[in-house]
Amino acid sequence: MKRLSVRFDQCRNEGRAALVAFVTGGDPTPADTGAILDALVEGGADVIELGMPFTDPMADGPSIQEANLRSLGAGTTTADLFSIATAFRERHPAVPLVLMGYANPMVRRGADWFAGQCSDAGVDGIICVDIPNEEDQDLGPALREAGIAVVRLATPTTDEARLPAVLEGASGFLYYVSVAGITGKQQAAMDSIEDAVARLKAHTELPVAVGFGVRTPEQAAAIARVADGVVVGSAIVELVGEHGKDAAGPVRDYVASLAAAIGSARKDVS
Amino acid sequence: MTETPLLNSYRNQPDARGHFGDFGGRYVAETLMPLILELEKEYRAAQADPAFAAEFDDLLANYVGRPSPLYFAERLTEQVRRDAPKGKGAQIWFKRDELNHTGAHKINNCIGQILLAIRMGKTRIIAETGAGQHGVATATVAARFGLPCVVYMGAKDVARQQPNLFRMKLLGAEVVPVTSGANTLKDAMNEALRDWVANVHDTFYIIGTAAGPHPYPELVRDFQSVIGKEARAQMLARIDRLPDLLVAAIGGGSNAIGLFHPFLDDPEVKMLGVEAAGEGLDKKHAASLAGGDPGILHGNKTYLLQDEDGQIAEAHSISAGLDYPGIGPEHAWLKESGRVDYTNVTDTEALDAFQLLCRTEGIIPALEPSHAIAAVTERAKTMDKDAIILANLCGRGDKDIFTVAEALGVEM
Repeated sequence: MKRLSVRFDQCRNEGRAALVAFVTGGDPTPADTGAILDALVEGGADVIELGMPFTDPMADGPSIQEANLRSLGAGTTTADLFSIATAFRERHPAVPLVLMGYANPMVRRGADWFAGQCSDAGVDGIICVDIPNEEDQDLGPALREAGIAVVRLATPTTDEARLPAVLEGASGFLYYVSVAGITGKQQAAMDSIEDAVARLKAHTELPVAVGFGVRTPEQAAAIARVADGVVVGSAIVELVGEHGKDAAGPVRDYVASLAAAIGSARKDVS
Repeated sequence: MTETPLLNSYRNQPDARGHFGDFGGRYVAETLMPLILELEKEYRAAQADPAFAAEFDDLLANYVGRPSPLYFAERLTEQVRRDAPKGKGAQIWFKRDELNHTGAHKINNCIGQILLAIRMGKTRIIAETGAGQHGVATATVAARFGLPCVVYMGAKDVARQQPNLFRMKLLGAEVVPVTSGANTLKDAMNEALRDWVANVHDTFYIIGTAAGPHPYPELVRDFQSVIGKEARAQMLARIDRLPDLLVAAIGGGSNAIGLFHPFLDDPEVKMLGVEAAGEGLDKKHAASLAGGDPGILHGNKTYLLQDEDGQIAEAHSISAGLDYPGIGPEHAWLKESGRVDYTNVTDTEALDAFQLLCRTEGIIPALEPSHAIAAVTERAKTMDKDAIILANLCGRGDKDIFTVAEALGVEM
């Protein structure tokens, strides 16, 4: 968990937003994920979100749905995910790693088991799409006990009255889902993102990372001017879908283009 | 609604957070949380509004055709007694919800939910459907109230439920075949949730069974409880006593909870829910209580068919309406509390019961209640002649004749 705050602090000191990069674990096979994660880091990603595949990814659009099915089709297990995480941590001791996914695979063997595995594998935080604060008891206490960040999501439908409930028990960073919809579709209007980030930051000290529908370096740069982090997922997952076992190179180049745009974003306007 | 709540009641679930014991809850993406909180608020207001109940009751009486009859199945009873030990063979009664408008119990819930949608000012309706009965019922109420309607249906179900597909289209609904995952009901529900999350501002999701995030399991149960309330009053009026055993088929479990709930605090009334055992519990099936474990899917915690990593298994039943790897959370709680017994019936047993009811009573049942009928005939043989079984005949079989013909090797 400390790696998350260290990295967000470091980015702030460098006058830039953090690049948060998502990829589905085990896609195209568990053996290929390590090289793709390395490519994210080499391209300049600051925080890695490793997606846990699930049979029923109901908040995801077609790109990530297909990645989930490819991964499960290749036989990816929860044990494989933790092996991938453990190996990543050995290669990259300082890069924050967050697991993202759905509740059922996380709670299947009990929250304490899951939190213990996260801790052993050097995972820094968890994003669980379908456990809101109202059901925090299923996972939150075990994660906090193990020192794992509970990253919460806020959306355009999260109003002022509800925001404190979302933030209660939240840690690591706050993930602002800029579009009311599924992953990989359209991007929200920039002015609405700017307003939303300002509103969120009035309620929390946590870094605010913005995602959903971010594809081009220009879009990433625009968000980087107003937010602490930019999350890119579906576009990377699509590259993995297109290039399969040979995805590391294209992924590295694409992430590098995002990182460059984010790195100079605030300098362009000043 | 004016009854004093009993301390030791089985009828005071869920709690304020939507939990039935360890089950139920609100496991949804944040985008949907504000919406389901608003839905709960609006439902509480509707419950307190006599005008809402009056409109609901009026539509059930004059549009749906309620109350549905209570029927003593005399020839089926005689048939069962022929194979039963001496003195055994309970009387078999049916609650005739297959006589409702649209041919199943699903319409009861749809009437309630579309009235809520209108209260909330929503202008677009979506639904998921398995067998197509809920899709038809939703398309029906959407047409009745003049709202556009999109129904998500697994591609596999589209292929095996062509008559209902055409019905929905006649009623003006857009039917979207879902080709993700296993192409059945759970995938249709995923797709409906994806639509909802992208259209929360104007769209109301009419969930077809007593499952999903709170308050859906509660409100679907309440709307379907008209089945049990009527049946209870009809039994008392006809024979001045309550039945000894209630039986209903369970996919998500809305017809069963609708029948059971008004009787839960009558300790002399036993209850039996019947899951679909498909090809057998050791093969492909849809019996999540018998063959599943607690887990989280589609907004609620309940029993699920899943592997050791929590990946959801594909269910199988000859009945598209029971072909779902989960079950409503109140049933999960009623199982754990021991108040309701649950059993399961295979495809083959359901097909036999289907044909038996056709021949003995002149009623073509849907494949869903055929599962209940199979369990009824087994239980009746073990019960005394003066005992009474009441089963819910929750749908009629017109939609299933092609499936049955294929299973029996008949060319049509």
